[in-house]
Amino acid sequence: MRLMVDGQGIEIDADPDMPLLWALRDLAGKKGLKFGCGIAACGACTVHVNGEAVPSCTLPVGQVEGAVTTIEGLSTDGKLHPVQQAWLEEQVPQCGYCQCGQIMSAAALLEHTPSPTDAEIDEAMSGNLCRCGTYPRIRAAIKRAASLKAGA
Amino acid sequence: MAGKIARRTFLIGAAAVAGGVAFGYYSYRKPFPNPLEGELSDGEATFNPYVKIAPDNTITVIAPRAEMGQGVATTLAALVAEELDLDLSALKVEHGPVASAYANIAILRDGLPFPVFDESTLANLARDGMAVVGKFLAVQATGGSTTTVDAFDKMRHAGAAAREMLKAAAAKEFGVAAATLTTRDGKVTDPASGRSLTYGELAAAAAKLAPPTEIALRERSEWRVLGKPQMRTDMHAKVTGQPIFGIDVDLPDMVFGTVRMNPHLGGAVVSLDASEAEKMPGVIKIVPISTHLGNGYGVLAKSTWHAFQAADAVKVEWGTAPYPADSAGMWQVLADAAAQNGSVMRNEGDVEVQFADAPRERLIEAEYRVPFLAHAAMEPMNATAWLKDGVLDIWAPNQAPSLLRTLCAREAGVGEAQCNVHVTYLGGGFGRRLEADYALYATKLAQAADGRPVKVTWTREEDITHDTYRPAALGRFRARLDETGMPLAVDLKVIAPSIMASVLPRFYPMLSALGPDKTLTDGLFNQPYTIANYRVAGVKAELAVPVGFWRSVGNSVNGFLHEAFMDEIATAGGIDPVELRKRLMANYPTAVKVVEKVAAMSNWGEKLPAGKAKGFAFTLSFGSWVAEVVQVAETPKGIRIEKVWIAADVGTALDPGIIEAQLTSGAIFGLSAAMGQEITFADGMVEQTNFHDFDAMRMSQCPAFEVAVLENAPKMGGVGEIGTPPSLPALANAVFALTGKRIRALPLNKEVTFA
Repeated sequence: MRLMVDGQGIEIDADPDMPLLWALRDLAGKKGLKFGCGIAACGACTVHVNGEAVPSCTLPVGQVEGAVTTIEGLSTDGKLHPVQQAWLEEQVPQCGYCQCGQIMSAAALLEHTPSPTDAEIDEAMSGNLCRCGTYPRIRAAIKRAASLKAGA
Repeated sequence: MAGKIARRTFLIGAAAVAGGVAFGYYSYRKPFPNPLEGELSDGEATFNPYVKIAPDNTITVIAPRAEMGQGVATTLAALVAEELDLDLSALKVEHGPVASAYANIAILRDGLPFPVFDESTLANLARDGMAVVGKFLAVQATGGSTTTVDAFDKMRHAGAAAREMLKAAAAKEFGVAAATLTTRDGKVTDPASGRSLTYGELAAAAAKLAPPTEIALRERSEWRVLGKPQMRTDMHAKVTGQPIFGIDVDLPDMVFGTVRMNPHLGGAVVSLDASEAEKMPGVIKIVPISTHLGNGYGVLAKSTWHAFQAADAVKVEWGTAPYPADSAGMWQVLADAAAQNGSVMRNEGDVEVQFADAPRERLIEAEYRVPFLAHAAMEPMNATAWLKDGVLDIWAPNQAPSLLRTLCAREAGVGEAQCNVHVTYLGGGFGRRLEADYALYATKLAQAADGRPVKVTWTREEDITHDTYRPAALGRFRARLDETGMPLAVDLKVIAPSIMASVLPRFYPMLSALGPDKTLTDGLFNQPYTIANYRVAGVKAELAVPVGFWRSVGNSVNGFLHEAFMDEIATAGGIDPVELRKRLMANYPTAVKVVEKVAAMSNWGEKLPAGKAKGFAFTLSFGSWVAEVVQVAETPKGIRIEKVWIAADVGTALDPGIIEAQLTSGAIFGLSAAMGQEITFADGMVEQTNFHDFDAMRMSQCPAFEVAVLENAPKMGGVGEIGTPPSLPALANAVFALTGKRIRALPLNKEVTFA
């Protein structure tokens, strides 16, 4: 089947029931999205489908319609996306495993809500688990990214 | 040899250093062979395990510890950068090979049963002796918050030796004395003439010189890199999704696998029917697995998903586990063991005499319980193994690669010299990745993979139900107060399965553990309290549930037990909890200062509005002194943790930014456990399976943090685990202050609701 991933059309020989996560990781070589739970409970596998943040571990690849964006395609201009830049400036990651999912959720939030309140951040980010407990810096980075985007 | 280099550089993704040269103060002691010898190509020279310099000025530092989020790669590189007069950004950092030269002496030394403040001759002798043993065993491991303590002198010396040799080489070129030369930004400069040469230009000649035997390290007042927050060296890779984790390993012709091991932990396989599973699309084969760590089966397939599907389809009958079938039976084992005296690790005054005639109204007795806990690192257990032509290569996110190599080489029937272990970045470790089970099972699958590499990924369900758990523990405590409400006598006994007794047969099937297990009472017997009659004992309960190292190890149990009980003592005696600590810790000024600091930061003692309360706790662990205050509030949805204040004395703060992150991280790890985590057993199996029933703190629950890092302690302490122990009791004590409920069994959400 044919998928549009990170701006490129790719051919994948996948069972339609295979979750998008595994089709991308094992068959398409995309490694930024991560396997964490397989039941949409941790957010490590978050990608954008048509701009919406979705967990890819429970989404059958056969049901995907539209453009898929992973962390590798988040920035399209060769520079870091403002959310990635803010993550770097706030020194957010520790182990880093969940961070691509966190960044994808935050990027989708800021597309819809350019200047989110703390409650809106809580709402948008609580599906993304971080066992290192980087939440305080994630919150700070989302606010920094909002200003970076506003100033861009 | 070329093949070996190719396999290593493939994963690390760093350009191979051509024409590199390595330096090191170790050359004059040579305790172990330099592992870089075998890693360099023709023309390269090396005599030091930590520093390589190439003609193109690529300066590579080997940071031989597992980077699992705690920032070690950055801080270890900073130790070398400081002495080489370089900015951290000018260095390339690699984990490097697995080698005895990188043994962690401090991790073994800290395993001994002496409090960190005990400077008696006996304690020092034992610590020195342990350094010898540590060198003998040559364990390369990351744990026990020992990395920077172990590396502080070693890696600064490595940088300083390289610097002095570069200066000596430049001195020959310039015809001046080396002492007149300066170093900065990768150059050696002669201030008199203005001439300068780069480190790259000098490296080859410098490497041929004899290393200095006397090296003056930079005074702290001269530090430019250390002691200041640095940009972490792994940040860019982590915000752009680079394939740096074990689960990201990709090799030509690789197959994918998973395992299902008996969830009755330690049980056998009674029967196995793979006939249906083997016919499923994408399946290559089903492989029975039998090892000293577990029995079950693995699947080889063309994708991880296919492997998961086929694993579900195998029909298997599991043998039973060698422990009671349910949690109630396990608690009974602990309760029965409580009658034993155990190992008495602290015994001051005469506790028995004090309790013999204690008046009832001055007596406090309490029983505490903490549950088994899973690690639940974000990256599920995984490893990639490749057995071809008698050589075994393993890629694994792992904290103890030398132990892993020993076990996997033996399982595959190859010599250790034919086993290369490549340590990837770790998607969380927390102690779980000191174990080798995932790599051992991957080795078994590689043996069945006909020379193809196999990446073996566990499901989250497999990960949660096949952990080496933080032990459950029972605390039986009593205290006698004097007329003023202060404790006259305390008698603390903790009963739990022994971590060391569980771990040692996994790593060293031939060895038997000797003596008391310090982890059993760590955080209980070695706290800086002075109480006239003070007894602490640990009883090893015979319970065959696999238990292991969980962030802060024994302190995660005993920090809670000790400090929740101290809070009870304060309440019973009518003394403010902070005031009680200040009095009992008066002999340890370092402790008093962190207590006073956190009290000032949190405005302890202020009158709070109704529906809000604070709790306090202190734990000395891994040589660091940590006090925390937690503030909670009653909300319509339940109790909310509003704010956490942390004051920590780490002796020497090498990177305040990373330390702040680690303290916060450690506290969130502990608060997650205190609020709602519990591993329970039924029918011989762990009942929890995934994040829906073994969850952790989420963004919406995360409090605000305020952290202060102090440096009064005379010795440098650890950082990665110390935030955890006091967080659990500080929360429990805050919940008591808020609700009046003294909850003596974790997790707290069995009795209260959190928002």
